[in-house]
This record gives sequence, structure tokens and C-alpha cells, in this order.
Amino acid sequence: MLSRTASMLYWMSRNVERAENTARILDVAYRMSLLTKDPDLQDQEWFAPLNITGTLFPFSGRHSIVCAKEVLHFMALDAENPSSIYNCAKQARENARAVRGSITSEMWEVLNSTWIEMQNMDEDRLYARGISTFFEWVKERSHLFRGVTFGTMRRDDAFQFNRLGTYMERADNTARMLDVKYHVLLPSVDDVGGAVDYYQWSAVLRSVSAYESYRKVYRDSVTPVRIAELLILRIDIPRSLHYCMHDVYDILCKVQNRSSAEATRQAGEIYAALQFGRIGNIFHTGLHEYLTEFLEGTDRLGEEINDAFFAPEVVVTPTEE
Amino acid sequence: MALKPFYNEMYAADGSVRPQYAGFADWLKNTPPEKIAQNREAADLMFHRVGITFAVYGETTGTERLIPFDIVPHVIPGKKWEEVAKGLTQRITALNAFLHDVYHDQNILKAGKVPANMVLENSQFRPEMMHVNVPGGIYAHVAGIDLVKDADGEYYVLEDNLRTPSGVSYLLENRKMMMRLFPELFAAQTIRPVDHYPDMLLETLRNAAPIGVDNPTIVLMTPGNFNSAYFEHAFLAQQMGIELVEGIDLFVQDNTVFMRTTQGPQKVDVIYRRIDDDFIDPLAFRPDSMLGVPGLMNAYRAGRVTLANAVGTGVADDKSLYPYVPEMIRFYLGEEPILKNVHTYMLTNKTDLDYVIANMADLVIKETQGSGGYGMLVGPMSTKEERERYKRRVLDAPERFIAQPTLSLSTCPTFIGKGLVPRHIDLRPYILSGKTVNFVPGGLTRVALREGSLVVNSSQGGGVKDTWVID
Repeated sequence: MLSRTASMLYWMSRNVERAENTARILDVAYRMSLLTKDPDLQDQEWFAPLNITGTLFPFSGRHSIVCAKEVLHFMALDAENPSSIYNCAKQARENARAVRGSITSEMWEVLNSTWIEMQNMDEDRLYARGISTFFEWVKERSHLFRGVTFGTMRRDDAFQFNRLGTYMERADNTARMLDVKYHVLLPSVDDVGGAVDYYQWSAVLRSVSAYESYRKVYRDSVTPVRIAELLILRIDIPRSLHYCMHDVYDILCKVQNRSSAEATRQAGEIYAALQFGRIGNIFHTGLHEYLTEFLEGTDRLGEEINDAFFAPEVVVTPTEE
Repeated sequence: MALKPFYNEMYAADGSVRPQYAGFADWLKNTPPEKIAQNREAADLMFHRVGITFAVYGETTGTERLIPFDIVPHVIPGKKWEEVAKGLTQRITALNAFLHDVYHDQNILKAGKVPANMVLENSQFRPEMMHVNVPGGIYAHVAGIDLVKDADGEYYVLEDNLRTPSGVSYLLENRKMMMRLFPELFAAQTIRPVDHYPDMLLETLRNAAPIGVDNPTIVLMTPGNFNSAYFEHAFLAQQMGIELVEGIDLFVQDNTVFMRTTQGPQKVDVIYRRIDDDFIDPLAFRPDSMLGVPGLMNAYRAGRVTLANAVGTGVADDKSLYPYVPEMIRFYLGEEPILKNVHTYMLTNKTDLDYVIANMADLVIKETQGSGGYGMLVGPMSTKEERERYKRRVLDAPERFIAQPTLSLSTCPTFIGKGLVPRHIDLRPYILSGKTVNFVPGGLTRVALREGSLVVNSSQGGGVKDTWVID
């Protein structure tokens, strides 16, 4: 398939996945802030989504205070923020428009009508509908898109690049979500292991729709180590790093070309470390340090994928006549 | 000048319903207004969701508009269509023969049937194409020939479009829409199907492959998603299952065209290009073109790749050559034209020029190179000031204009607001040329939505209708 098309498909699904995950992150921040009674600390909670998504810097360039209303607007609706849900919906639709020939009409229609509805969304409507209702809507549109993709798309290279984007973005987001606790301060040291701590960890679980799975797998109380194990090392959790990187590696093997060996190797290396990793060792390194390293690795992999498939060097010798 | 009474497609002069409209008229009579309103809303919603839009030039980049769709079809009796089809086949055959001739022996010029300077000095004439042999001798693989009906109910050819005619996606989507909205009407009558157009187009392109290529790789080349017809490019590529490429996706090496794919370079054999001659190759034509592929023209001339349509077809659909098409039909086919031309005044001719200047209020004046309904003067609809301004332009460069009598375009009932009112329409059939000439029955019906307007182009507030050829 065309390199440009592959790139568009990859970014189309990355944008859909990013919109969904941003909604999940904001939902968690929102739930956590409800738990904090002290108004000063409430605003503190809203640093977390900015830190997780790495957008604190662009945010603070335009806002002087961090508070619920401002962060929500910035991350959900702001047309100036390239990674807002609004812009993800827009970009996904633009990408889809550029490759309409390679996706099914149903996929296009989902993204197109999502964008049409998104354009009608403003702050008043957001609050009128309820913030959680909006996040639910974003997630549902993403679920619908994924379902339509699986239900209608031919299992060709276009499908693979589409899925590649999803898993690369999801791995990135799960790692960032897990890191949320690093960014959220507990009211005091005494609260470690307390009710607030517990609630915050369950919020992380719920944010990746893994609360029920956790219960089934561990049949025990929620602890940070188990949560990390579930979301990093378990192969049967669809948002875990292991699961995502397994599929990334698998896809790269399927679509390999003459210049993709390094991308496949890097993906294989990350995948193998997850396959044979132990949670004890990860915590020994430090969870935050481990996740930071993971994110650097997937960033490098993203660049490799770009060089191997989307921007191939073609040597053209000028013809003369 | 008072126009003759318009031919109404649905109602005869005595107010009775024409036989081909009996089915639809029954539906109209028996359907409560709420249901009709519901159908119209449903159509709007569906077009929005599917995203059938066109970009509008001169507005903010990326502006997309929905083309207005009217649910009253343009119905043509099967017998009448057969006649039209014969006329279209004849006309496109002659036009292709003309293109082959002017780029080879130029017999028609030598015979003095078409003034040589009008061809050779035309900006659309491409000397690069001289003595280039294109597969099958076909130049205009896809043509759109615009037809109108005058007060006498007779069809006239308004213009030929042999470069990159657009609009066929609307024809297909309009039909899909009508079948969703009026399944009962399609069940009760024999309306000839049109949805095999993409298959026919693909077949035409396959047959146009360079000699010796058995299983050609075909691509559709678009200027990109800011082009007004981008939706159509993407739609057709998808329907045919071929890659939609932009200039940056292609490169030429050793006179062979390749596309950049995730599996490395892949050879391309046929390019259905929806991009003007001027922009296809910055080395051969406009050097500032960012849309083209350097070296494409050489590969094409070497016969390594087929361009559809061929380079240089614009010389045959130029409005200054239009008056000579009947002569081309006689010259190449030895037949009398079946479809009539609209009488055309050539402003390079002193007598014609004087007449036109004296009768501007009654005539339509067009630029020979204009398209999309831009830059024309519709005499009866114009103000004195507009005519004065236009007159100066005409006198400055009379060779750049032609004039025609204002036709009383036929009307078709159309929903405006809550009621049905007559609005002017035209018809653009799409004609595919290969070993044989093929088309789907009917074509795209365009409707001028503004009262009294004769300009049907979507860029000028026109809408579209489904066209039914009914047996």
C-alpha cells in the first residue's frame, strides 16, 4: 500500500485512541478531585492530567492557574491544543478523509459523524450534558469505531497499520496512566495505604476498564504492585503493555519490508522484556523510572516505524531526454 | 426579449402529467406532506453523514459544503434516451477521431473544415503530443457532455467536457439515496440501473493499459483533499478498489512510473488523473506545480504509462472549437449529427461581433476557456452596467469569447421551501470510450435553485437530482 496511506491510517487510529484515552485520563482526574474535600488541594488534582499527557508546558503558556474548568476545556475542547479531544476527532476525520479509499464506508461514517457532533460541542453543552456523559460519549465513539473496523475491514495491510496505530498509542497511554500516581500527591505521608490511596489506585484501574478483571485475576484487595503487574505484565488484559507490545511486534512481522528490520527488532526487544519480566524487579528499579524508560523506548520505536514505512528513502536518478 | 414558454419535464402544456412521470405523480398525490418533509430531511441527514461534500474555492481553506439534493427525479422515457445515446456515441467518436487527427496528420485542418490557426494557436493544443500514439487511439476516455432541452422539447449539446469532467459520484449517490427513500417506486417501475458505473470505468481503464501489460496497476491521481472534487476522487478510487494517489506518492525512474508503497516502489501502468494538463509534470508544463510528478510526461510519451484522459484533450472541448463539432462528425464519420449544437456566434467574425454587441441583452456570452459557470454573462438576467463592463472585455479580446442565444432551458418541479416550483435543469451524461463507447443510462441532472436562474453549476448555487431512464 501507499506509504502516505499507511501513515494516514496509523495516525487516524492513533488519534481515535488518544481521544479515548484523554477522556479516560480526565475522567479519573475528575473522580479523584471529587474525593478531595479541601478546595486548594482539589485544584492540585488537575496537574495530573497535564503531567500525564505532557501538556503542562503548553497549558501554562496560556493559563495562569490550574483548575478543573481550565484543564477540562484545554484537554477536551480547545481548538488551539493539538492533542485536545476536539483536535483528535478532527485529525482522525481528516486522516480518514485522505484515505477513504482504504477504509470502509462505515468507518468513515463513524469518524465523520463524530466530528460533526464534536463541532457542536462547547463548554455550556459540556456541563449541561454532564462531564462524565461527555467522556462516555467519547469512549463510545471510539468503541464503535473499533467495532466497525473489526466488523467491516478486510484483513489487509491497511488493517494492520490501522491496528499498529491503536496499539502504539494505547501502550503509551497505559504507561502514562500508571504513572498518574507518581504525579498525584497524597494529602500526607500518613495517607499511604489509606482510603484515599486505595481510592486513587482503583480509579486508575477503572480508568482502563480493568477493575473487574483485577477482581477476577486476584480475588483480593487492590494493591499497587498487583495493579502494576496487571497493567504491565499480564498478556490477557487488552490494555496492558504486554498485550499492546505483543500485537505491535506481531503486526511489524506481518508488514515487514526491506528497511523495517530495526523496527521489528526494537519492538521484539520491548515485547520480550515484558514477556519475561517480573514485577518485583520493576518495583526494585522504581515504577516511575521503569515507565519513563518504557516511554522512551516506544518513542524511538515510533520513529523507526516512521522511517521504515511512512517516509521511505527512494533514490531517484534524474532521467534525461 | 420574451422567452418562449419553458418545456416542463413533468407536466405537458395542458397541465396533464407526462406518461413517464405517472408513477412519481401518484406518489406525490398519495403521500402526506409530513412524509415528504421527512424524506427530504432524511436525505439531508444521510448526505451529511456520508460526507458528500464539495470544497468551495475562494472561501476559507477546507470549507466543505453539501450539494443540495432534490427528491423530484428527472425522468426520461427509455425510447428518448436511446436516441440521445446514439447521438452521444456519435459525437464522442468524432471528438476522439478529431484529437487523434490533430496530433497526427491534421487532415481536417488540411481540408479546411476547421481553421488551422484556431487549433494550432489554441493554448490547449499540446505540441508535445504530436505523433504520440496513445493506446487504442483513445484520448477522452471519460467525457461529460452537457445537454439541455429547449422550449421545443429537443435536446441540444451545451458543451463538451473532455478534460476531467466531475460529478459522477453525485449521480451514483443520488440513486442510492432515492432507492432508500422510495423503494416502492423502484419496485413498481422499471428504472434502469446506474450503479455499475465504477465497474465500467475500471474496465475502460484496464483496456487503456500500455500494450503488453496484462494485469495493469491502475491509480487515480488527485490534486489532494483541498480540491473541490476530492470527495469524488476518493469515492471512485474506493469503488474501483484502486489506490488514490497524489503527486508526491509517485516518481519516475528510467521512464517508468512508480508509487511509493510500504513494500517499496511499485510500477504504475494507468493513471486516471483528475488533475489538469498544466499541473501533471513540472518539467514539461508549469514548473511551479507542486501537484505533479517530474518526468511523467516523458514516461507517457514513451508509452510506458497511460494517462486517462490523454494530455491535450482540451483542444477539442474548447468553446471556440465547439461550433465545428458537427463538421467533425460529417468529416470523420460521414454522418449527419444526431444531437444539435446551439447556434454559436464567433466574435472573431465581424458580422457576428456586431450582432452580438447590438443584442447583448438577449444572448449568453461565455469565455472560450471558462468553466464552472464563472465569467459568463446571461443577457436577459444582466443589468445595463454589467453589460457595459462585459462589452469592454469582449471588445478587448473578442477571440476569447463566444455568444449563444439564451435557451429556454426545460424546467423540472423542485422542492423549494414547502412547495414544488419549476426550476431549470440540464443533464450531463458520462461517456466512457474504449474499444466501444459505454455509459450508464441518464446522467447527472443539475438544477438551478434560484428562481429564473439558468446557471446550474454547484459553485453557483446549483443542486442535483436523480435521473431516471424509465421503460
